[in-house]
Order: sequence, then C-alpha cells, then structure tokens
Amino acid sequence: MSWTFVLALAVCAYGLKLLGAVIIGQREMPLVVQRCLLLIPAALLAGLIAKDTFTTGQSYAIDARAAGLAVAVLATWRKLPFVVVIVAGVGTTALIRVFV
Amino acid sequence: MHHFRAPDARRFITASLMIGIAFVIFGASFGVLSVSAGASVAQSCTLSLLVFTGASQMSAVSVLASGGTIASAFGGAVLLSGRNAVYGLAMSPVLKEGSMASRLLGAQWVIDETTAIVSAETDPATRRTAFWISGAILYASWNIGTLLGALVGSSINPSDFGLDAAFPVMFTAMIAPHLRTSAGRKAALFGAIAAVALAPFMPIGLPILVSALGMLFGISPTISEPTATTDGAP
Repeated sequence: MSWTFVLALAVCAYGLKLLGAVIIGQREMPLVVQRCLLLIPAALLAGLIAKDTFTTGQSYAIDARAAGLAVAVLATWRKLPFVVVIVAGVGTTALIRVFV
Repeated sequence: MHHFRAPDARRFITASLMIGIAFVIFGASFGVLSVSAGASVAQSCTLSLLVFTGASQMSAVSVLASGGTIASAFGGAVLLSGRNAVYGLAMSPVLKEGSMASRLLGAQWVIDETTAIVSAETDPATRRTAFWISGAILYASWNIGTLLGALVGSSINPSDFGLDAAFPVMFTAMIAPHLRTSAGRKAALFGAIAAVALAPFMPIGLPILVSALGMLFGISPTISEPTATTDGAP
C-alpha cells in the first residue's frame, strides 16, 4: 500500500464529512441523492461479503469461510452482540481449518 | 468548550464504552488484515486516524488483499464514505455552536454510531454532549484497536486464526441495520449477485463497483426518510 493511497483516501473521506457537516450544513441536498448515498452500504457491503466468502481471486471457492459466514449471519439474525458475532464467525472458520 | 450535565454525560459514556469495546475488536481485526494486505503499521494507524470510517477502510484493504487494483480499492472506499456527507447534514446544527476549529475536528467524528447516538436525543445541549462524548470515546477505541491489531498482525498468519473470514463476518454485522428497509434489501441483493456473477469476467475489485449501482434503488421514492441506521459497528 502506498502513502499516496492512504493520504488520498484520507482527503476524500474527510472531505465528504466536511461537505455535509460544515460546507452544505443545513442547506439543501436533494432527497434522492441522500437516499442513494444511504443505500451504498447495503449494496457494497453485500458485494464485499459475497466476494470475500465465495471467491478467491477470479475463481469461485466454497470453503471454511462460508461456514464462518453462515454462523455470523445466524448470530446477527439472533441479535447477538457484535463481539459474539465476530468471535463465533471467525472461530468457526478457524476450527474447521484445524479439524477438517 | 461545552458544559456537560453530569447525568447525561455518564449515560453517554456508558453507551459509548459499550460500542467502544466492539470498536476495539473491529479495529484490531482491521489492523491485522491491513498489515497482512501489505500496509505498514504506520499506514494502518494513519488510515484509522485520518480516514476514520470503518467500512471504507475495510473495503479498501479487502479489495487490495484479494489482488484488486488500487483504483477499484479506492473507488469502493470513497463510495462507502459518501453516506457520512448525509449524516453530516443532520449533525451540522450540533457542530454549529462551536468554533471553526471544533467544527473541523467534529466533522471527522461524524460516522454511523455518533449520528445514531445523537439522533436519539432531542434537546440541543444534550445532543452536543452526546456527540462530543461518543465521538471522543469511539475515535480512541477504533485507533487503539487498530494499533494493537497492526502490531500483532505483523507476527501471525491471519488465516491460521480464521481471520480471513473476519471481513465477511464484520461486514455481516455492519450491514444488518441497512437491511431494515425494502430498498436496502433490494440494493444488498443486487450487490451480492453482481459481485459473485461478475467475478470471473472482470478484473478483481471492479465487480464491487458494479455492486454499488444498487444505490440506484434510492431513485424511486420510498416511505422512509433517510436516517442514520447503525448502532454498533464502525
């Protein structure tokens, strides 16, 4: 990872925060833009979950990560605390690696 | 710079520390994976200090770790941080009271969790107390976690501990509040399908940017107004 990458990301991320909190403030941002921006996490995080679980590089893979994800989904659905979700999901993947 | 009322302050300290514990663990996982994806300890810590929006940082590292291009890692991370601009609109009255310096600092602390904690309050003074206390505690937690993880990360192989599953597991915890609306569920379904279906045909990292097009479900008006949606993960 390059420092250019780190600093450019810092500038963009902070710039977007400033844009809303200080620059635009209570003036108008179109509702349609707000709705779209707020939907990005759902779309992108779902994409990242799918990529990180079911692909390795450009090929498909079903392995211990899928079991970890299944446990995490179950724990999240049961509204267990975040710490439990992480430990259960990661722990499941680790245990399968050890015993299978 | 602000006068906090003790009962309120104590309530927000407790609430923030609860989330802070999760932040330390999320931060540590980020630190481990960031270092194993090729970032130095200093770079990992700088990301947490200056970017301070967990999903973006994790997204960038996740794409780089799987061999994606720098451009796609960057694009995904910036898109993910776009929501903070919307949260900032809601937080601007809270920041407006202070000096320009405090507004510039406060802007950095506008994230899902501070927005959610502040949005639960109505009294302006209480909202300011909530913002500054939760912001300080969560900022500290996230950065302490990152430092610990990055230091450990340089001496372990993450997949031995199942930590290669940490990203999808953490993203699962983070996405849950975004699935409460039907538009959110549609966007997520689109995003997941795009990422998997396009993986063999596109350079690594690019399908994730296609996933982001799921945001276009926001064009059709829904009943619910935009609000901050999470209460626990960065």
